[in-house]
Amino acid sequence: MSTVTDSLVLARRNVIRMSRIPEVLLFGLIQPVMFVLLFTYVFGGSLKIGNTTDAAVYKNFLMAGIFAQTVTFATAGASAGIAEDMHKGLVDRFRSLPMARGAVLTGRTLADLAQTALTLLVLAIVALLAGWRPGYAEPTNLARVLGGFGLLLLLGYAFTWIGALIGLSVRTPEAATSGGLIWLFPVTFISNAFVDTGQMTPWLRHVADWNPFSATVQACRELFGNPGVTGSDAWPMQHPVWASLLYSVLIVAVFRTLAVRKYRRAAE
Amino acid sequence: MPGAIYAEGLVKTFGEVRALDGVDLDVPESTVLGLLGPNGAGKTTAVRVLTTLLRPDAGRAVVAGLDVLKNPTAVRRSIGLSGQFAAVDEYLTGRENLQMVGRLYQMSARDAKKRANELLERFNLADAADRTAKTYSGGMRRRLDLAAALVVSPPVMFMDEPTTGLDPRNRQQLWEVIEELVAGGTTLLLTTQYLEEADRLAHDIAVVDHGKVIARGTSDELKARTGGERIEVVVHERADIPAAREVLVSHGLRGTVHEGCTVEQHTRKLTVPVTGGAKLLAEVIRELDARGIEIDDIGLRRPTLDDVFISLTGHAAEGGREPEGTGEDAPPDGPRGTLRSTSESEEVTK
Repeated sequence: MSTVTDSLVLARRNVIRMSRIPEVLLFGLIQPVMFVLLFTYVFGGSLKIGNTTDAAVYKNFLMAGIFAQTVTFATAGASAGIAEDMHKGLVDRFRSLPMARGAVLTGRTLADLAQTALTLLVLAIVALLAGWRPGYAEPTNLARVLGGFGLLLLLGYAFTWIGALIGLSVRTPEAATSGGLIWLFPVTFISNAFVDTGQMTPWLRHVADWNPFSATVQACRELFGNPGVTGSDAWPMQHPVWASLLYSVLIVAVFRTLAVRKYRRAAE
Repeated sequence: MPGAIYAEGLVKTFGEVRALDGVDLDVPESTVLGLLGPNGAGKTTAVRVLTTLLRPDAGRAVVAGLDVLKNPTAVRRSIGLSGQFAAVDEYLTGRENLQMVGRLYQMSARDAKKRANELLERFNLADAADRTAKTYSGGMRRRLDLAAALVVSPPVMFMDEPTTGLDPRNRQQLWEVIEELVAGGTTLLLTTQYLEEADRLAHDIAVVDHGKVIARGTSDELKARTGGERIEVVVHERADIPAAREVLVSHGLRGTVHEGCTVEQHTRKLTVPVTGGAKLLAEVIRELDARGIEIDDIGLRRPTLDDVFISLTGHAAEGGREPEGTGEDAPPDGPRGTLRSTSESEEVTK
């Protein structure tokens, strides 16, 4: 049996499912677009980035944060989808088939990755229309911008494995939807995504600087040539690209192991 | 040599509950074993252990010559499972569901496609093949689920309550499909709450209660122990009960658990175990008529799961006879509360 083939078969299944419930995809798109517009026009002009409250600077500062938050929200989808599979009897069929054990979970996370990529594409277009400009503060190039999106996708993929574990741990699909989402708020807000961490109290700033999520945001700002790259001494802020890669790979390794083990033992 | 399905001393506990409490099974190749029991008896747990979904706390199981615990992946290649709930993806079409299962049985994309077409044809789903399973009726979903279990034509099949919740017509159709399958040489373990179903499909029946096999035998053997068929009469006048009783006793079957005739005074209902079926029923009607006994209702009743349980364990099947929402397609109901009426009948005798 082949883990790769089985995972792809199940990824295909989940992509077909998503295409049959386009509302979910649509709402998944509306939310980040709303965030872009709300943050840009409500907070822009009041928040100080570096030494300025210029709305255009905040806009360019903000986008990396919104992109990163959007990719992590895929977690809720993974968590709900897996919880639903576990409770609908379909999982018994999968577990009685001679297929790779982790394929049900890998298939789901791969499908979520595809959905995240699509969301990110739409969001980038909206961001450009709203005035986001790569290279606004520092020069950059296409490869660096694409690299930034690569890191974002990797972060999103890593987080869906956390979602997978949540989906396997809760008792109802309803609980999975909220359980997959609520913890993302502190994770994405105690970070450098929406504000300059330099203005936080020291202990909170410390948390924000070491937050894996912040590393990706910082890396993206650097790669996009956007303003607001913090001058913190914390290692992840000094080496954000490496930190982002390392964190994401670590999250996949840890949470994939835990989730696959839990899947195997489910209902025993 | 052990059969296609063999289990010895299976034990599985969930917290305080002993779902399996030392179950032994042996199903010879190309035969059907019906696992009969009420909800919560341990039927599903037994199927889950045998299909590698659950590890038992103790005991040993061999399926298709392979040890379930030591070699689960090889077992999975040789079995098909059709569960209690149609395990199909609602948002996929019938065809996509079957192709996916084929691929996961490690078939090539081409073979999976070909096999899906064959099965859709065979299970009368060709017209609905490209509709999502969400739009299927309950019967169609079960057929699709069964088709999914047959993708690789496995030598050993497990079906967990395949017809629970189906209307009589769909149940009939599914029975025909299962009979065809068995005629083709598949070994089948089937769980059911319906004696009628076990009777029709299974060579051998194991009655399960509280995680134990409490009786085993062919359906005829079990029925003999249960009291088999019975005639049930409701007389119009309470005063006619003794006379009607006399008629029934003279035709009744003696030497069974339900020796003699039972009477429910308040409903004016008399019940007697018989052999001889419809012919005997006609005789009884003629005789009652000859004696001028007016009857409100009369009929030949076949034993139900409750009757089997009462005769084997002294108590009715616990945990409800069937899940909610399936009352309409239950098999013909037999007399209930037989123990109570037996004591009443003794009063009458005095």
